[in-house]
Amino acid sequence: MVSPLDHKILRDLWRMKGQALAIGMVIAVGVGMLVMMTGLVTSLNETRAAYYERYRLAEVFAPVTRAPDRMVTRLAAIDGVSAVEPRVVGAALIDVADFDLPVQAQAVSLPDLRNPRLNDVFLTDGRMIDSDHTDEILLLEAFAQAHDLRPGDRIDATMNGARRSFQVVGLAQAPEFLYTTAPGELIPDDARFGVIWMSRSALAAAYDMEGAFNEALLSLSRGANEAAVMDAVDRILDPYGGTGAYPLADQASNQLVSEEISGLEAAAAGVPPIFLAVAAFLLYIVINRMVQSEREEIGLMKAFGYTNTEVGAHYFKLVLAIAIGGALAGCLLGIAGGRALIQVYVAYFKFPFLVFQLDPASFVTGVSVSILSASAGGLLVLRSVFALTPASAMRAPAPADYSRTGAIGHTLNRFLDQPSRMVLRRITRQPARMAGAMIGIACGMALSVSMITIYAGFDRTIDLTFNVIDRSDIAVSFTHAASEETIFNLRRMEGVTYVEPVRHVPVVLRNGLATHRGVVAGLSPDTRLSRALGSDLVDIPLQNGGIVLSTALAVKLNIRPGDVLTAEVREGRQPVLQIPVTAIAESLLGSPAYMDLATLNRALREPNRVSGAYLSIDEAYATEIYAALQDMPTVAGVSLKSQAEVAFQTLMNTGAGAIRYVMGAIAFVITFGIVNNAARIAYAERSRDLASLRVIGFTRGEAAFVLLGELAIVTLVALPVGSVLGYYLSFGIAAGFSSELYQIPAVFDPASYGFAAMVVLGAAVASGWLVKRDVDRAELVSALKTRE
Amino acid sequence: MAQNAFSTRGITKVYGEGRSAVHALRGVDLDIPEGEIVVLLGPSGSGKSTLLNIIGGLDRATAGDAFFQDQNLSEMTDRQLTLYRRDHVGFVFQFYNLMPSLTARENVELVTEIARDPMEPDAALAMVGLRERVDHFPAQLSGGEQQRVAIARAVAKNPTVLFCDEPTGALDSTTGRAVLNVLKDVNEKLGATVLIVTHAASQAAMADRVIHFADGGIREVVVNDTKLTPEGIEW
Ligand SMILES: Nc1ncnc2c1ncn2[C@@H]1O[C@H](COP(=O)(O)OP(=O)(O)OP(=O)(O)O)[C@@H](O)[C@H]1O
Ligand SMILES: [Mg+2]
Repeated sequence: MVSPLDHKILRDLWRMKGQALAIGMVIAVGVGMLVMMTGLVTSLNETRAAYYERYRLAEVFAPVTRAPDRMVTRLAAIDGVSAVEPRVVGAALIDVADFDLPVQAQAVSLPDLRNPRLNDVFLTDGRMIDSDHTDEILLLEAFAQAHDLRPGDRIDATMNGARRSFQVVGLAQAPEFLYTTAPGELIPDDARFGVIWMSRSALAAAYDMEGAFNEALLSLSRGANEAAVMDAVDRILDPYGGTGAYPLADQASNQLVSEEISGLEAAAAGVPPIFLAVAAFLLYIVINRMVQSEREEIGLMKAFGYTNTEVGAHYFKLVLAIAIGGALAGCLLGIAGGRALIQVYVAYFKFPFLVFQLDPASFVTGVSVSILSASAGGLLVLRSVFALTPASAMRAPAPADYSRTGAIGHTLNRFLDQPSRMVLRRITRQPARMAGAMIGIACGMALSVSMITIYAGFDRTIDLTFNVIDRSDIAVSFTHAASEETIFNLRRMEGVTYVEPVRHVPVVLRNGLATHRGVVAGLSPDTRLSRALGSDLVDIPLQNGGIVLSTALAVKLNIRPGDVLTAEVREGRQPVLQIPVTAIAESLLGSPAYMDLATLNRALREPNRVSGAYLSIDEAYATEIYAALQDMPTVAGVSLKSQAEVAFQTLMNTGAGAIRYVMGAIAFVITFGIVNNAARIAYAERSRDLASLRVIGFTRGEAAFVLLGELAIVTLVALPVGSVLGYYLSFGIAAGFSSELYQIPAVFDPASYGFAAMVVLGAAVASGWLVKRDVDRAELVSALKTRE
Repeated sequence: MAQNAFSTRGITKVYGEGRSAVHALRGVDLDIPEGEIVVLLGPSGSGKSTLLNIIGGLDRATAGDAFFQDQNLSEMTDRQLTLYRRDHVGFVFQFYNLMPSLTARENVELVTEIARDPMEPDAALAMVGLRERVDHFPAQLSGGEQQRVAIARAVAKNPTVLFCDEPTGALDSTTGRAVLNVLKDVNEKLGATVLIVTHAASQAAMADRVIHFADGGIREVVVNDTKLTPEGIEW
């Protein structure tokens, strides 16, 4: 036999189905998000690992200026190395029909007559190259698609200063080029960086590398000591201009993939708890109200000899039913969402196949965490269930004391009609209950505010990066550290209004155990286009000999102004420098480090050298300037800021950053849920009063006014409170969206607050309307007969 | 002579504190032998329900001792009181107190579920003439019908003691007599001690013992030599 109390649970659930459903949905979204995101992260990690393994991606990369082939045997002999593949890589420029400027590219060799031992390619279209034909190449598929190139097409490319025509025989993908970023740029862009694979012999001929290689790829045997292997590699390659071996973790493409995956991971860890906390809060409010209104029933059960535990268990089961229902729905939601989203991400990361894997642990976590958080809400209520004694519970609670309305009351009474007075008295006489409703709505406001300001934060990142920190139109990089004369040549070009030199030097920065592989930018003292700015957006002077780090870099290296940093230069004489950190610069893109150009050159003992320039131009001369730049032999690459900005926007809207739209939508749904819940509860608490009002002759409108006036006042008070909460919450959310690639600041944006307030007010109006409809429909007799 | 079902010594009950304190009971000494029908009469506010709540284990006295058989209710823990109510006590409340979300049958089942030797819920409802209404919710029943469900619920567990706070208050005299017959049956067939609070003085005629209550204390106890059956009572 089903126990009568279980019947009661089912009927209670049915009676409060609207609220139960709303709370269940919040739980479902939280759990669904958890299951989906962890499934997504697991699947992406597994897929990446499988892809890397299947195409034998190297674990250590060792660039070198020119090492003879016989060094390969010495590298292979290093303890812990399982395979070595030497190859030739070189910078190239590809002419494409749809761009004014040639696109930078990397040319990579594939061994003649055999498959590469490491860093294999995945042929997606066409055929492999035939090493007998030196003009045959494979193109990176993403680049080819961006420019509508197909096998059979011919392209012109400049390698090592010589321009040649090539035959595209196939398109390929490779695990080392999931993301491609042009040298000197931070933002990956399929269209603006290409990869060309060609036979080793053909490429060696183009770059004077016959019998030699300029990059060694190594894989390690199980349990090998990576650091020791890299040391040994560096010792062997040092005489040949080795610039330092680096691990896969530091490889550009892999690093970006890791950043994106950990961005998703952060969202997976940060967002569901918010939902579950909201759900626990709502459950607490709803169950608490239910227990208050069922005091008599609780007393009755106790009078019949039901124990505290049995009565508590009854209400607890209700909580559990909602929590478990929500959690199970969430699991299904998560599986469905995960399956859909993983497809998007597989395409986004360009993985050629998918290892779909759900993390069973996430189901367990999801269900148990939602039960726990729901229980936390429920347990608080159980205390008051236990506290009720059978006799006291069976007397209806004494009518609330409205007698002390004080002096203001008398003054107000003269101006207010009866319904308005009822609204005011209820608010002043039941402050705790009103505060509860107000805090709930304030939380909704806070959630909306913080999510909307994040959008402003993303805009701010773009604005600061492309309009404030970097004010140039064009960035030019040179093939090598050139003399300052190059700058004079650029200045003489017609239409170029301003030119600023820059020297980018590859370095490994170290502070204790923290290391960062990156670039130091040497800027001239009177820099105007590319600047190091403090948090107040004022130029930071660089002349005092130290290094200025961006915030993200200072955090990564755990270093403060005044500390001394070790910089291992990976170029030229490769000096190791000890440089004091003089200031922290505001930067939201990448992790730049700045030094004074002259100081940097002095430290390198290479005076008057520049590796690139920032240009500001007159748009009218753009075409002529592009043409002139193409003809300068020292120019290795040209990047247009407008294109970089578009690429950045794309990145933020397709990767981990895109989750902000999902979260924004969900925040609105939750806000509506909270406000609607508050309106429902107010209605349930007062439906008897409202019916009584109607019985004694108040109109529907007047009766609804008593209820909605209360909701309106509570909502209006909640807006400023929620704004303050939201301001602080936005810091946490901004931190969650920030990665090493870009940072999102928490900004105070009045428009966002206005918009969030509109959302909350909209939710209040909609809920009010729904409740008003119920007030209008309510049957007087049944409202008076039922106890609630 | 039979053992006492209840005896109380110096029971007082004070609601509230200080100047607003209400002395609902002012020292009640009482002995109720097992197996009797006892009727409690008294004006409104004299403390009848309060006394019932205390010897029924729903509430605690401010001072004094209340014994059920030889157990002192005043010294019992909450858990022991719960077990006392669960195992021995049947209650008919002054305000019916049905669960609005349960049907008539389920309201009875609520009690039979945890009772040691209960009747069939439907049989109990049939006794009070509600065989046809077992699947109705309280909101679908009239006041008198709700009261009869409450009575069925109280007798269905076959209680050792049965407390009825104005069981016929909402009933016409024909239905009221039927209900009193049910109470008499429970007393005779099960040997249950039955306490009935009523405002209808004529119902005292069916009692073994009549207690007159006034102002928080017992004014008079009358032991009837002859009892009338409910059929012979008019009110
Ligand atoms: N919870 C309470 N707080 C304060 N006073 C109370 C409380 N419960 C009862 N009283 C008071 O105690 C006194 C006795 O109440 P009780 O309910 O026992 O009366 P009664 O004899 O059952 O009356 P009636 O015949 O009207 O049901 C009354 O004066 C009542 O106002
Ligand atoms: Mg009473």
